[in-house]
Amino acid sequence: MRTEKPKGRDGGLVQIERMIELEVDGRAVRVPEGSTILDACKKLGVDTPTLCFAENLTPVNACRVCVVELEGSRTLVASCSRKAEPKMVVRTDTERVRSSRKMVLELLGSSVNMSAAGEFENWCSQYHAEPERLGTPSHAPAVIDNDLFVRDYSRCMLCYKCVEACGDDAQHTFAIVMTGRGGEAKIATEFDVSLPESACVFCGNCVGVCPTAALQFRREHTLREAGEWDLAKQTVTKTVCPYCGVGCVLELHVQGDEIVRVTSPSDSSVTDGHLCVKGRFGWGYVR
Amino acid sequence: MIVLWGSNARETHPIFFHHVLRALKRGAKLYVVDPRVTSTARFAHRHLPVRVGGDIALANSIAQSVLSEGLENRAFIARATEDFDAFAKLVSHYTPERAEAMSGVDPSLVRELARDFATADRAMICWTLGITEHHHAVENVWSLINLALLCGQVGRYGAGLNPLRGQNNVQGGGDMGALPHKLPGFQDVEDPDARGKYERSWGATIPPNKGWTLTEMFRAMERKELTALWVIGENPAQSEADAHHVRGLLAGLDHLVVQDLFLTRTAEMATVVLPACAGFAESEGTVTNSERRVQRVRRALPPPGDAKDDLWIVAQMAKRLGRDFGEPTAEALWDEMREHSPLHRGMSYARLEAMGGIQWPCPDDQHEGSPFLHERLWEEPVRGPKAPFHPCEHKEPAEALDDEFPLRLTTGRRLSEFNTGVQSKGLASPLVKDEALEVSPQDLAALSLLEGQRVRVRSRRGAVEVPVRVDRGLPKGLVFLSFHQPESVDTNLLTIEATDPRAGTAEFKAAAVRIERCE
Amino acid sequence: MDVGRDTQSPEDRVRSVIDHALAPFAEGAQIPRHALLPVLRAIQSSQGWISKTAVAHLSQRMGIAQAELYGVASFYHLFSMEPSPRRVLHVCDDVSCRLRGSRAIVERLSLACAPEGEAREDSAWRRSPCLGQCERAPAALQLIAGDVPKERTFTVRSPEHAEEIFRSPDEGSAAELSDIVVRQPRESLRLLRRVGVVSPTSLDDYRAHGGYQGLRRAHARGPAWVLRELGEAKLLGRGGAGFPAGTKWSAVASCPGREKYIVCNADESEPGTFKDRVLMEGDPFAVIEAMTIAGFTVGAEKGFIYVRGEYPLAATRLEAAIGEARAHRKLGSNVDGSGQRFDIEVRRGAGAYICGEETALLESLEGRRGEPRSKPPFPVHEGLFAKPTLVNNVETLCAALDVVARGAADFASIGTKDSTGTRLFCVSGNVANPGVYELAMGYSLRELLALAGAEFSRIRAVLLGGAAGTFLRGDEIDLPLTFEDTRRVRATLGSGSVVVIDDKTSMMDVLRGLAWFFRHESCGQCVPCRVGTIRVDELVQRVRAKVPLGSWEDERGRLTDLGRVMRDASICGLGHTATSAIESAFERFGLWPDRAEKKGGA
Repeated sequence: MRTEKPKGRDGGLVQIERMIELEVDGRAVRVPEGSTILDACKKLGVDTPTLCFAENLTPVNACRVCVVELEGSRTLVASCSRKAEPKMVVRTDTERVRSSRKMVLELLGSSVNMSAAGEFENWCSQYHAEPERLGTPSHAPAVIDNDLFVRDYSRCMLCYKCVEACGDDAQHTFAIVMTGRGGEAKIATEFDVSLPESACVFCGNCVGVCPTAALQFRREHTLREAGEWDLAKQTVTKTVCPYCGVGCVLELHVQGDEIVRVTSPSDSSVTDGHLCVKGRFGWGYVR
Repeated sequence: MIVLWGSNARETHPIFFHHVLRALKRGAKLYVVDPRVTSTARFAHRHLPVRVGGDIALANSIAQSVLSEGLENRAFIARATEDFDAFAKLVSHYTPERAEAMSGVDPSLVRELARDFATADRAMICWTLGITEHHHAVENVWSLINLALLCGQVGRYGAGLNPLRGQNNVQGGGDMGALPHKLPGFQDVEDPDARGKYERSWGATIPPNKGWTLTEMFRAMERKELTALWVIGENPAQSEADAHHVRGLLAGLDHLVVQDLFLTRTAEMATVVLPACAGFAESEGTVTNSERRVQRVRRALPPPGDAKDDLWIVAQMAKRLGRDFGEPTAEALWDEMREHSPLHRGMSYARLEAMGGIQWPCPDDQHEGSPFLHERLWEEPVRGPKAPFHPCEHKEPAEALDDEFPLRLTTGRRLSEFNTGVQSKGLASPLVKDEALEVSPQDLAALSLLEGQRVRVRSRRGAVEVPVRVDRGLPKGLVFLSFHQPESVDTNLLTIEATDPRAGTAEFKAAAVRIERCE
Repeated sequence: MDVGRDTQSPEDRVRSVIDHALAPFAEGAQIPRHALLPVLRAIQSSQGWISKTAVAHLSQRMGIAQAELYGVASFYHLFSMEPSPRRVLHVCDDVSCRLRGSRAIVERLSLACAPEGEAREDSAWRRSPCLGQCERAPAALQLIAGDVPKERTFTVRSPEHAEEIFRSPDEGSAAELSDIVVRQPRESLRLLRRVGVVSPTSLDDYRAHGGYQGLRRAHARGPAWVLRELGEAKLLGRGGAGFPAGTKWSAVASCPGREKYIVCNADESEPGTFKDRVLMEGDPFAVIEAMTIAGFTVGAEKGFIYVRGEYPLAATRLEAAIGEARAHRKLGSNVDGSGQRFDIEVRRGAGAYICGEETALLESLEGRRGEPRSKPPFPVHEGLFAKPTLVNNVETLCAALDVVARGAADFASIGTKDSTGTRLFCVSGNVANPGVYELAMGYSLRELLALAGAEFSRIRAVLLGGAAGTFLRGDEIDLPLTFEDTRRVRATLGSGSVVVIDDKTSMMDVLRGLAWFFRHESCGQCVPCRVGTIRVDELVQRVRAKVPLGSWEDERGRLTDLGRVMRDASICGLGHTATSAIESAFERFGLWPDRAEKKGGA
């Protein structure tokens, strides 16, 4: 959590942080005011699956995989967005919570290719989810309309992260949004025009936050298509962008002496995990 | 409140601009001072379309507005500054109405900025090369400093003066003494005590006088006083103003060594080329960003072919010149440096790693680093010297417009490209377009040109051919070129090598040109 | 508006439509985001669709990115984002209309006129979810784009009539439907007593029939008195959730600050529901008076009525009545000389059931996609423009007016202890006299159906509370219509919709209709609802086709699991209730093929 230490006009330090006490799975926990239930869970080391949540974006609580039981609430609540309140009693280990998480995993896995989505397969075994019983996702070729990154809609779980990163959570470019509705909802540009025809500035911040590899670096896509993408063979080295003087922290993902992906850590005070087109894609001159 | 002055940060410092955007979301107010309505200006609450070269007049008129409305911070001025009376006297002539002819800015906008700047809890002025690429660059900067002093907008969190660095280690180069008059940690080379420290440590003598700036080096070449040059990671044959002239001087050298990743235009002229590693991905070390944050760069890849680390090259050179440096690691060199530089003393590699970089000064290994400077100006009484006002008069650009060369050319960067293009050439962004001369719709019409038509842009120093493109953000009479594609559009053939006498920067932002039709 | 049809290119024409719609805002001034839906409506209704040119120009005028505009516009089904003919006939194909022959109409149109959605000359047709004209079923709404756009509502008398509407160049207004039939004796009515009696646009008429007595009392006795009366009257919200109205009003009243809003939820879209339409069309001043009282009581100076896009007449009448009220200083800077400042704006939806959910409605009012917000914060604290907002549906407001005008004691004397006052019921489907009926709470469903002329021996099922409600069997109709009695049998009064299904109708066909409806109307924001509604629809189709995926036991498990995750983990009420009617049908009617009762599945 970012803590700001603004100084008043007189140079004095202003910092007020009130603590809130609540109960999670029978254990008391204190978190600063403004924290979420998820923060409280993390503080206690309670493992909570999340997909649409990211530290550097506003929670949209759309995936619902992080739901928990809250005493007094008729329905389950999304822990990623629900603010902690004093005396809340939260349970994460009930049959009701496990059943909802299992179903959310099944609904997602039955409609989207989640194979590149981090912990997804582990969670499926942890929650005994069998997505196939609800259906299998259909495959569609990726959209390739530029040389920097591709869009593979068969992997898109509509988590809104890319929309937020493109919009007022970071980039303020507003090139992509949620369009349509319900089952026809799709993240796209206006009238689904190609990215080069849209307002896109190719910062790749959408790629950086995508949890399912629906957005991939062009090179990553080539390797994945060839079956050569191998996380086990990749190293990640933290360094600093070679362009302007902002000093953005880069993580160079290298496979076989080749940069295949560039990210920035979301806890970097310089970048908050976001980069520009040069930092994200401007390494072609190396090797 | 944030003032971006002569900075198109949205495109040239995109991630810095994310921080500005976050501030805007939290209610901050943004003023953008720029001759062009840039993509940055589109996010501003107010855009002040300053005339190219009118910055001092504008700053002085802002100061006059502040003073005439009694909004200056008198307590701060009295306690922490000097030479205020001379400043107040000078700016009293710059009423917004009188200054408008020089600055080009509507008096009501001047007064609005003045009021907001003076009354904001925290106000910051950030600038880029729009301020410094002028023949009166230092006076431009002083004018901005004057405003911050006048309103007490300095030395506090969220207030202050913030030059945005254009390269990832401009600040670090200066920190490390890559300045003609400084040793590492900004210690004066002409100070015998400072020099002595290093001489004892290095077991060598250091020339007691300050050296030449880049501009002075070219002057020295003209005088044949400088005949051999070792260029590391620079491309002066394309990046310097009045490129014809510069190339002539480089060609006239007895010996030119170029150490670079690329066979640049400069390298093509070299006697010897030393292939180097990419600093950010093939080397170990540190860089310092615009906020004085020292951060680690690390090797992620082995360098290609015969490319060698800069440190290795320098050590080998020393060996051949008769001194064995051994094969020091980056960390060992860093530790040696910080022993003598109090600004950096508390920054071990371990701490840099753990804290995600540290902002200097960081004098010891308990120190958290310094998010902002000059806090001492708020102490009663002030420790150390007071901050002086520098009264500056308006100066016109070195090259006036006339009937022969009636248009003002200003140059700058674009989002997806960088400098002379050697690094960004491989970046296949759909936004990279062939270089074009941007003109206002009025000038396009006045010159009876069509968009896309090729023209010849001519200055007193040279000419380039380029297609024209309309930019509605340009005022009449101003045209814009980047210098990213020198192979096809050698913009710096046009620019003027009128340099600031103190800083040595050339006036890339203001040349006089005319547009000729290509038959 | 002179858009110079003959001389302007289509691009110029759409630009002038936009500029005209934005004329109230100064050139160069920042146009507020909430102006967006009205402009999109203006484009749609003049052009028949929203083109790239329109989006580009609007983007430039409003300073909103093109993608953002497209994202908003493409959310609403009455906005077409591709070239569309000028005349589009929206044929209701929802539960009530299906029971009265809409299938034959749809078939006729596909065979004789054009495939659904395809243009023939200047005309196209498409199926629509419930149009809220169920007492006149089967219904259709024709939208004709042009400089003077037209919106015509029809009872489609026969498949031939549909074809005639589709082909006929006649674009006159279809006024035949403005008559509202109230079949009950006037003296027993409270909310409906003026409907069909007064001229809906005459303020004098309204006053002559008891209008504005409530406001006068409120002004005389003060906000605290109104809040006390509402509390004592035990008025529960009529929108579906049954939240105590007094509590809501008090919560908004107790919020500090002057900027608060009254929002009338008139996005009545629950299938089989049309009572709010009847109130707005027949007694618009009552809605206005009720909102004025609400504004006075909670300290709000501005109200919005969000009328669903498919209710042209209601919107027109409300706008006319608001004009009258302003002219007579019943709205404005000094209401009735009391010093109260209050005004009302009518906003229209554009085809999205989800906008009946109060936070989705607020998003929509603000010019965004109608995606429900996560709560808390609740609208009473952070509602419209993040300010405290009272959101009540039309009937609730009118009932509140009844409380204020006649007093809490009088109101509470009607109905039962926990369900006070009267309730409007919308009876449709297989009955002789479909329509709105106002009954004191506590009458049984049988008594209500008797009024509507139901043939009891032929009733297979009654869908109570709309698509988000519950099915009851023909032998369950002695249920008293109260909040507490319906809750006891795990049913709900919901929106007051009562759809009677006779024994000629296949329950599985009805269920397929409901499953399709939710699949079509889910906003798509959260996974349980977006994917869940699709999976439920697929499951219903498999049951209907008697082709299980795995065993029927597997299918039962799937439905239970889907219902549970949607109830437990969806963001809003749509997901929470999307399976309730379907699950109740499976529970009560033996629809599983392996457990079919003799007369079941059909």
